[in-house]
Amino acid sequence: MLLEVKNLSVYYYTLSGVVKGAEGISFSVREGEWITFVGESGSGKSTVAHAVMNLVPSPGRIVSGEVLFNGRNLLKLPGEELRKIRGKEMTMIFQDPMTSLDPLRTVGDQMVEAMTVHGVDEAEAKRKAKELLEGVNLPGDRFNYYPHQLSGGQRQRVSIAIAMAFRPKLLIADEPTTALDVIVQDSIMDILNGMKEEGTSIYFVTHDISLAVERSDRIAVMYAGKLVEVGTVDQIVENPLHPYTKALIEAVPDLWKEGKVRAIPGYPPDLRSPPSGCRFHPRCPYAKAGLCDTEEPDFREVERGHFVACHFPGVWRK
Amino acid sequence: MARGLGKYIVIRGLMIIPMILILYTIVFFFLRILPGNPILAVVGTKNIPPEQLKHLEHLAGLDKPLYLQYFDYLWKMLHGNLGVTLASPMGKPVSSYIALRLPATVELTIFAFTVSVLLGIATGVLGAVKKGTSVDTGMRVYSIVAYTLFIPWFGMMLQYLFGVKLHWLPTSGRINPTITSFHSITGLYVIDAIIERNWAALGSILKHLVLPSITLGTVLSGAYTRLVRNNMVDVLSQDFIRAYRARGVPERKVLWYALKNAFIPVVTLMGLQFAILLGGAVLTETTFNWPGMGTFIMDRINYRDYNSIEGAVIVFALFVGLISLTVDVIYALLDPRVEY
Repeated sequence: MLLEVKNLSVYYYTLSGVVKGAEGISFSVREGEWITFVGESGSGKSTVAHAVMNLVPSPGRIVSGEVLFNGRNLLKLPGEELRKIRGKEMTMIFQDPMTSLDPLRTVGDQMVEAMTVHGVDEAEAKRKAKELLEGVNLPGDRFNYYPHQLSGGQRQRVSIAIAMAFRPKLLIADEPTTALDVIVQDSIMDILNGMKEEGTSIYFVTHDISLAVERSDRIAVMYAGKLVEVGTVDQIVENPLHPYTKALIEAVPDLWKEGKVRAIPGYPPDLRSPPSGCRFHPRCPYAKAGLCDTEEPDFREVERGHFVACHFPGVWRK
Repeated sequence: MARGLGKYIVIRGLMIIPMILILYTIVFFFLRILPGNPILAVVGTKNIPPEQLKHLEHLAGLDKPLYLQYFDYLWKMLHGNLGVTLASPMGKPVSSYIALRLPATVELTIFAFTVSVLLGIATGVLGAVKKGTSVDTGMRVYSIVAYTLFIPWFGMMLQYLFGVKLHWLPTSGRINPTITSFHSITGLYVIDAIIERNWAALGSILKHLVLPSITLGTVLSGAYTRLVRNNMVDVLSQDFIRAYRARGVPERKVLWYALKNAFIPVVTLMGLQFAILLGGAVLTETTFNWPGMGTFIMDRINYRDYNSIEGAVIVFALFVGLISLTVDVIYALLDPRVEY
């Protein structure tokens, strides 16, 4: 197993209280697969992604759990060891292409540095950088450009080009297409797919389940800091077991059908004081008083490779 | 791009002219509003024969109508002539005094400026890196306290502690007067001592610089602390910093890039602070008996020496104007997003 996350919890210690950003998260990522994390804003999907890189921003802290990358716990690794893994074996690209490159340095400087910090010599890094730019369909002369001279899509491609430098085993992509228009979005997805075909596992984070369905092998659904369902794309789409997953799929607008989008009633809870029992129970049409509001459901495997945290998985079909 | 920058510098340079004109006008009329005049200030009494007073005023050109005095001096100034002293002693070229005093102030301000920026960056970065902890709060308190310190009081406290009590550092002047082997060429003592390889003098000169530059530097560092801290917190939370870390860039380098980004607004502040720096230099110089422009202006105000004060203020203004121009150019060179 390439990546195994066990019982991971991340809290944010803010002035207005402790925000339980993610609690008791366990999952794994296989070599060469594309796994997509889906959830609303504030569901904890980005928090978990950052925690896997051990890059949780202050005032967040990883309070418990393990992140095993090739069997090594990244959360216990000395800083220099972790640094050697980051960028080379695993790397991350970010949501906002406007802010994910240093505005004061040229694209080339940043690309070359990403390689020299891992021991590649400068001349080789320069040659490779131009090759990488061409690999993401950018002319080699973009090497000398400053980030502000590029469009959002071009910048995101530069970020991906940097990520591709060492053909990492794992690429974490935190909503890399959210800020881009649909056409550019598609080309970015193609590039990521190309990386996958060359053996990189893609850990993709999005709030858009329809985007998840297209390219993923597996989907993980998060709600209010909890992992609620994990399964293959077919399992999740054809046979969702958690009421939240079902609602999420039904909320996708269909261009060819009449009628309104079916939104999920209510709002996600405040994670400073999450609901007792199942965190989805206040919005769940199938919640049973005395059970769902008091007892937290276990995250268990109901069919092969299909995990869900619900007292009544797939209850609507019965 | 280079041509654009040249044009930018010329336009920014031309803007110094109206600034100096306005300043000259203000100083000219304010000085005339002050009670007394140079002749009375020197004589020290109003009981001198009126014909003698008239004669002295005629010699000093003070019997001419105000507007003529205004344009006379303006005309001279445009030709690089700052006039002659009007009192005690009378008739010496103002520029010779300024040539003597300006280097002392320049030296003090350079050291004080360096102290303020280094202290401000150190405390600001510390606050940002330790955000939300007691260290951060400590730096915040430092910034407010430093900003509100009264220069003469703070200077005297340092003089008392390091000069009177501990005998570590001198409390006045620029160099130990018993060192006779030192001869100044440029007026910038540190540079002169290095050129002459006079290390004994250099030691004494640097020792004399410590307390005045710390006094002035500390007071000015407060504003940098806040700005650096807030910018640094802002920059550190940006994606490109996390992206650097995700690529395995060593933490020291990451902090350096963050500082570079946080530094751009600080450069703007430097330009603005420079005027305050010179104002502070006047107070610091009087506290430490530093023979610079500040003590010169204070001294000349007592004599109502109009020409000297106007000349000194114009030189100060020119100095501030050139520094702020330099800062703007540095800003433009530092930030690739600036178009000129």
